[in-house]
Amino acid sequence: MVKRVVVGAHYGLRDWLLQRITAIVMAVYTVAFLVVVLPSLPMGFEDWRAGFAHPVVKISTLLFLLSAMLHAWVGVRDIFMDYIKPFGLRLFLQVVVILTLFVYALWAIQLLWSV
Amino acid sequence: MKFSIYRYNPEKDEKPYMQDYDVELQPTDRMLLDAILRIKAVDDSLGLRKSCREGVCGSDGMNINGKNGLACITPLKDLKEPVVLRPLPGLPVIRDLIVDMSQFFKQYNSIKPYLINDNPPPQKERLQSPEEREELNGLYECILCACCSTSCPSFWWNPDKFVGPAALLQAYRFIADTRDDATSERLDNLEDPYRLFRCHTIMNCADVCPKGLNPTEAIGKIKEQMVRRMV
Repeated sequence: MVKRVVVGAHYGLRDWLLQRITAIVMAVYTVAFLVVVLPSLPMGFEDWRAGFAHPVVKISTLLFLLSAMLHAWVGVRDIFMDYIKPFGLRLFLQVVVILTLFVYALWAIQLLWSV
Repeated sequence: MKFSIYRYNPEKDEKPYMQDYDVELQPTDRMLLDAILRIKAVDDSLGLRKSCREGVCGSDGMNINGKNGLACITPLKDLKEPVVLRPLPGLPVIRDLIVDMSQFFKQYNSIKPYLINDNPPPQKERLQSPEEREELNGLYECILCACCSTSCPSFWWNPDKFVGPAALLQAYRFIADTRDDATSERLDNLEDPYRLFRCHTIMNCADVCPKGLNPTEAIGKIKEQMVRRMV
């Protein structure tokens, strides 16, 4: 096959926007988490358990973790696009990252709802 | 004044090397280009581009003590000795301080740097209000010296795919122009993970621009237009 420089995939805006929005979600969660947790330190096992038993904490923590994964996906793919030149290797690494993040997401749900 | 200058003549040299010069300046020598021309008077094998010698043509862009700039408007008194001069980074070197700008101009060409308007021109001229004209300030002044694009890591890694700060600033110059009718096509042309979204807001471009322009801001405005179009 002739080696040509091909561009024009016509995507990227959604990912760029997604990375910004997930950053805001993570920042808000982090501040809220610190505001809630810092005054009630030190906390024992039972306190943590009671906290995470609350559905609001469960769902907001899951939202934070999913945001972190989507944010990481855009960022890690950007690094691959910058530095990994052979396209076969780039595709392979992207698939590995997607699968890993998917497993992390399922794992996070399992952990959060085991409380 | 002491200089250390990158030398490479592919016809003679196996690999590039740095050559030291110590040149006596005259009281009238104010800018770096004056000093380089003193050196060239002694060693005429030194290759560089220059033309207007007043920051308008954009020919003498080079890496000065690690930062890209125009030799003709860089005051000598601000430079730490020895002054290390290298060609603009990331582009193929033709000889000494002269680089091959083909890739840079190819990207510039790809954004269609001209007014597109299929409507028949009016009797006199296409008018703009003062506010509409104001939008073009900070965009039209670019002289295509390539200082910004060659200081951008994203352009170093993907010069064939990423448009680069200089050409993106020019792209926004035509997106912002009310006399241009091709805004949507221009945004389509740029909406690409490589062409536009390789920009990671590193801001080296705004840091080095000898004309004080801000390509990062223009890139942000292109993204803003895309978001407005989408949501």
